[in-house]
Amino acid sequence: MQFRHKISGGDFSKAGNIASSVKKILHQLNIDHSVAKRIVIALYEGEVNVVAHAYSGIIEVDVNEDKIKIKITDKGPGIPNIEEAMREGYSTATPQVREMGFGAGMGLSNMKKNSDSMNISSIPGEGTIVELVTYIKPNAG
Amino acid sequence: MTIKEITRIIDGKVICCEEKLPNNIEYAFSSDLMSDVLTIEKENLVLITGLANLQTIRTSEMSDISCIIFARDKKIGEDMVSLAKENNMILIESPYSMFHISGELYKAGIKSIY
Repeated sequence: MQFRHKISGGDFSKAGNIASSVKKILHQLNIDHSVAKRIVIALYEGEVNVVAHAYSGIIEVDVNEDKIKIKITDKGPGIPNIEEAMREGYSTATPQVREMGFGAGMGLSNMKKNSDSMNISSIPGEGTIVELVTYIKPNAG
Repeated sequence: MTIKEITRIIDGKVICCEEKLPNNIEYAFSSDLMSDVLTIEKENLVLITGLANLQTIRTSEMSDISCIIFARDKKIGEDMVSLAKENNMILIESPYSMFHISGELYKAGIKSIY
Protein backbone atom coordinates (compact mmCIF):
# COMPACT_ATOMS: atom_id res chain seq x y z
CA MET A 1 0.00 0.00 0.00
CA GLN A 2 1.50 3.33 -1.05
CA PHE A 3 0.55 6.95 -0.47
CA ARG A 4 2.00 10.12 -1.93
CA HIS A 5 1.24 13.58 -0.59
CA LYS A 6 2.44 17.06 -1.47
CA ILE A 7 3.33 19.68 1.16
CA SER A 8 3.60 23.44 0.78
CA GLY A 9 6.42 25.14 2.65
CA GLY A 10 5.39 27.78 5.17
CA ASP A 11 1.74 26.67 5.46
CA PHE A 12 1.48 25.84 9.16
CA SER A 13 -2.32 25.57 9.01
CA LYS A 14 -1.91 22.25 7.19
CA ALA A 15 1.20 20.94 8.98
CA GLY A 16 0.29 17.56 10.39
CA ASN A 17 -2.53 16.76 7.95
CA ILE A 18 -0.53 13.97 6.34
CA ALA A 19 0.63 12.47 9.65
CA SER A 20 -2.97 12.61 10.83
CA SER A 21 -4.30 10.71 7.82
CA VAL A 22 -1.50 8.13 8.06
CA LYS A 23 -2.29 7.68 11.76
CA LYS A 24 -5.89 6.81 10.88
CA ILE A 25 -4.77 4.36 8.20
CA LEU A 26 -2.31 2.60 10.56
CA HIS A 27 -5.11 2.29 13.09
CA GLN A 28 -7.41 0.77 10.47
CA LEU A 29 -4.66 -1.68 9.52
CA ASN A 30 -4.47 -2.71 13.18
CA ILE A 31 -0.76 -1.91 13.40
CA ASP A 32 0.59 -2.26 16.94
CA HIS A 33 -0.19 0.99 18.81
CA SER A 34 3.35 1.72 20.03
CA VAL A 35 4.82 1.08 16.56
CA ALA A 36 2.16 3.26 14.90
CA LYS A 37 2.85 6.04 17.38
CA ARG A 38 6.58 6.02 16.61
CA ILE A 39 5.88 6.15 12.88
CA VAL A 40 3.36 8.98 13.23
CA ILE A 41 5.62 11.07 15.51
CA ALA A 42 8.58 10.69 13.11
CA LEU A 43 6.38 11.54 10.13
CA TYR A 44 4.87 14.57 11.87
CA GLU A 45 8.34 15.88 12.78
CA GLY A 46 9.36 15.43 9.14
CA GLU A 47 6.24 17.16 7.89
CA VAL A 48 6.80 20.11 10.23
CA ASN A 49 10.43 20.31 9.06
CA VAL A 50 9.35 20.67 5.42
CA VAL A 51 6.75 23.31 6.31
CA ALA A 52 9.29 25.14 8.48
CA HIS A 53 12.32 25.06 6.20
CA ALA A 54 11.48 24.14 2.60
CA TYR A 55 9.51 25.63 -0.31
CA SER A 56 7.66 22.42 -1.09
CA GLY A 57 7.91 18.71 -0.49
CA ILE A 58 6.58 15.25 -1.21
CA ILE A 59 5.93 12.56 1.36
CA GLU A 60 5.77 8.95 0.21
CA VAL A 61 4.60 6.26 2.60
CA ASP A 62 5.01 2.60 1.70
CA VAL A 63 3.26 0.14 4.00
CA ASN A 64 4.60 -3.40 3.68
CA GLU A 65 3.81 -6.52 5.66
CA ASP A 66 6.90 -6.25 7.85
CA LYS A 67 7.88 -2.59 7.66
CA ILE A 68 6.82 0.94 6.82
CA LYS A 69 9.04 3.10 4.67
CA ILE A 70 8.69 6.87 4.57
CA LYS A 71 10.50 9.10 2.09
CA ILE A 72 10.36 12.86 2.52
CA THR A 73 11.76 14.81 -0.41
CA ASP A 74 11.85 18.58 -0.29
CA LYS A 75 12.90 21.49 -2.45
CA GLY A 76 14.57 23.98 -0.18
CA PRO A 77 17.79 25.36 1.19
CA GLY A 78 19.13 21.89 2.04
CA ILE A 79 21.35 21.03 5.00
CA PRO A 80 25.01 22.01 4.59
CA ASN A 81 26.22 19.97 7.56
CA ILE A 82 24.00 16.99 8.41
CA GLU A 83 26.06 15.96 11.43
CA GLU A 84 25.61 19.42 12.94
CA ALA A 85 21.87 19.41 12.10
CA MET A 86 21.46 16.08 13.88
CA ARG A 87 22.88 17.51 17.10
CA GLU A 88 20.14 18.15 19.64
CA GLY A 89 19.64 21.86 20.15
CA TYR A 90 21.00 22.92 16.74
CA SER A 91 18.38 24.89 14.86
CA THR A 92 18.07 27.37 12.00
CA ALA A 93 14.33 27.90 12.57
CA THR A 94 12.76 31.31 12.09
CA PRO A 95 10.94 33.16 14.89
CA GLN A 96 7.63 32.21 13.18
CA VAL A 97 8.47 28.50 13.50
CA ARG A 98 9.41 28.99 17.16
CA GLU A 99 6.08 30.73 17.78
CA MET A 100 4.38 27.54 16.64
CA GLY A 101 6.19 25.58 19.37
CA PHE A 102 8.96 24.13 17.22
CA GLY A 103 12.51 25.03 16.20
CA ALA A 104 14.28 23.83 19.33
CA GLY A 105 16.63 21.60 17.36
CA MET A 106 14.97 18.37 18.47
CA GLY A 107 13.16 17.29 15.31
CA LEU A 108 15.78 15.25 13.46
CA SER A 109 17.01 13.49 16.59
CA ASN A 110 13.42 12.65 17.54
CA MET A 111 12.83 11.26 14.03
CA LYS A 112 15.88 9.05 14.48
CA LYS A 113 14.67 7.91 17.91
CA ASN A 114 11.23 7.05 16.50
CA SER A 115 12.42 5.00 13.52
CA ASP A 116 14.52 1.86 13.11
CA SER A 117 16.70 3.41 10.44
CA MET A 118 17.06 6.93 9.10
CA ASN A 119 19.04 8.18 6.15
CA ILE A 120 19.47 11.84 5.22
CA SER A 121 20.98 13.19 2.02
CA SER A 122 21.01 16.83 1.07
CA ILE A 123 22.29 19.19 -1.59
CA PRO A 124 22.62 22.75 -0.28
CA GLY A 125 20.53 25.11 -2.38
CA GLU A 126 18.44 22.27 -3.84
CA GLY A 127 16.84 20.21 -1.10
CA THR A 128 16.85 17.29 1.28
CA ILE A 129 15.73 13.66 1.26
CA VAL A 130 14.96 11.87 4.52
CA GLU A 131 14.22 8.14 4.42
CA LEU A 132 12.83 6.33 7.44
CA VAL A 133 12.17 2.64 7.97
CA THR A 134 10.23 1.21 10.90
CA TYR A 135 9.58 -2.48 11.38
CA ILE A 136 6.14 -3.70 12.38
CA LYS A 137 5.83 -6.15 15.25
CA PRO A 138 3.08 -8.74 15.01
CA ASN A 139 0.04 -7.38 16.81
CA ALA A 140 -0.55 -9.51 19.88
CA GLY A 141 -4.02 -8.03 20.33
CA MET B 1 -7.96 11.73 39.25
CA THR B 2 -10.90 12.54 37.00
CA ILE B 3 -10.74 15.42 34.52
CA LYS B 4 -13.80 16.78 36.29
CA GLU B 5 -11.84 17.05 39.55
CA ILE B 6 -8.86 18.58 37.71
CA THR B 7 -11.20 21.17 36.16
CA ARG B 8 -12.55 22.06 39.60
CA ILE B 9 -9.07 22.49 41.11
CA ILE B 10 -7.90 24.89 38.39
CA ASP B 11 -11.20 26.83 38.11
CA GLY B 12 -11.35 25.54 34.58
CA LYS B 13 -13.90 26.13 31.87
CA VAL B 14 -14.49 23.22 29.51
CA ILE B 15 -14.47 24.30 25.86
CA CYS B 16 -15.32 21.02 24.19
CA CYS B 17 -15.78 17.26 24.65
CA GLU B 18 -17.35 17.48 28.13
CA GLU B 19 -18.21 13.80 27.89
CA LYS B 20 -14.59 13.05 28.77
CA LEU B 21 -14.90 14.65 32.22
CA PRO B 22 -15.26 11.28 34.04
CA ASN B 23 -12.01 9.97 32.46
CA ASN B 24 -9.01 9.49 34.72
CA ILE B 25 -5.65 11.22 34.31
CA GLU B 26 -2.44 10.02 35.93
CA TYR B 27 0.30 12.31 34.59
CA ALA B 28 0.81 15.93 33.57
CA PHE B 29 3.36 17.70 31.42
CA SER B 30 3.71 21.48 31.26
CA SER B 31 5.29 22.94 28.14
CA ASP B 32 5.02 25.55 25.41
CA LEU B 33 7.53 23.62 23.36
CA MET B 34 5.74 21.14 21.10
CA SER B 35 9.07 19.52 20.14
CA ASP B 36 9.40 18.53 23.79
CA VAL B 37 5.82 17.22 23.94
CA LEU B 38 6.62 14.96 20.97
CA THR B 39 9.33 13.17 22.97
CA ILE B 40 6.86 11.92 25.62
CA GLU B 41 6.21 8.20 25.55
CA LYS B 42 3.73 8.05 28.44
CA GLU B 43 0.00 8.18 27.81
CA ASN B 44 -2.98 9.10 29.95
CA LEU B 45 -1.62 12.57 30.58
CA VAL B 46 -2.82 16.14 30.56
CA LEU B 47 -0.86 18.81 28.69
CA ILE B 48 -0.66 22.17 30.46
CA THR B 49 0.37 24.89 28.02
CA GLY B 50 0.33 28.58 27.23
CA LEU B 51 0.67 27.93 23.51
CA ALA B 52 -2.70 28.29 21.83
CA ASN B 53 -2.47 27.45 18.15
CA LEU B 54 -3.44 24.66 15.79
CA GLN B 55 -0.11 22.87 16.27
CA THR B 56 -0.85 22.45 19.98
CA ILE B 57 -3.84 20.31 18.98
CA ARG B 58 -2.00 18.51 16.17
CA THR B 59 0.94 17.69 18.44
CA SER B 60 -1.45 16.33 21.08
CA GLU B 61 -3.18 14.22 18.44
CA MET B 62 0.16 12.65 17.42
CA SER B 63 1.16 12.10 21.05
CA ASP B 64 -2.23 10.57 22.00
CA ILE B 65 -2.93 13.34 24.51
CA SER B 66 -6.67 13.76 24.94
CA CYS B 67 -6.80 16.54 27.56
CA ILE B 68 -5.24 20.01 27.22
CA ILE B 69 -5.33 22.84 29.76
CA PHE B 70 -4.66 26.33 28.40
CA ALA B 71 -3.19 28.59 31.07
CA ARG B 72 -3.97 32.28 31.59
CA ASP B 73 -7.18 32.20 29.53
CA LYS B 74 -5.45 31.94 26.18
CA LYS B 75 -7.73 32.45 23.21
CA ILE B 76 -8.72 29.10 21.74
CA GLY B 77 -9.57 29.51 18.06
CA GLU B 78 -12.52 27.84 16.32
CA ASP B 79 -10.12 25.88 14.12
CA MET B 80 -8.53 24.46 17.29
CA VAL B 81 -11.92 23.48 18.74
CA SER B 82 -12.95 21.85 15.50
CA LEU B 83 -9.75 19.77 15.29
CA ALA B 84 -10.01 18.86 18.98
CA LYS B 85 -13.61 17.63 18.51
CA GLU B 86 -12.55 15.60 15.50
CA ASN B 87 -9.97 13.87 17.71
CA ASN B 88 -12.21 13.58 20.76
CA MET B 89 -10.01 15.85 22.89
CA ILE B 90 -11.18 17.84 25.88
CA LEU B 91 -9.94 21.46 25.96
CA ILE B 92 -10.00 23.40 29.24
CA GLU B 93 -9.27 27.08 29.87
CA SER B 94 -7.89 28.17 33.24
CA PRO B 95 -7.29 31.71 34.49
CA TYR B 96 -4.16 30.59 36.37
CA SER B 97 -0.52 30.50 35.23
CA MET B 98 1.21 27.28 34.13
CA PHE B 99 3.18 27.39 37.40
CA HIS B 100 0.03 27.68 39.50
CA ILE B 101 -1.85 24.94 37.61
CA SER B 102 1.16 22.61 37.74
CA GLY B 103 1.60 23.22 41.47
CA GLU B 104 -2.03 22.60 42.31
CA LEU B 105 -2.23 19.41 40.28
CA TYR B 106 1.06 18.07 41.65
CA LYS B 107 -0.18 18.77 45.17
CA ALA B 108 -3.38 16.90 44.36
CA GLY B 109 -1.47 13.78 43.32
CA ILE B 110 -1.00 14.09 39.56
CA LYS B 111 2.38 12.62 38.68
CA SER B 112 5.25 14.27 36.86
CA ILE B 113 6.74 12.49 33.83
CA TYR B 114 10.38 13.48 34.29
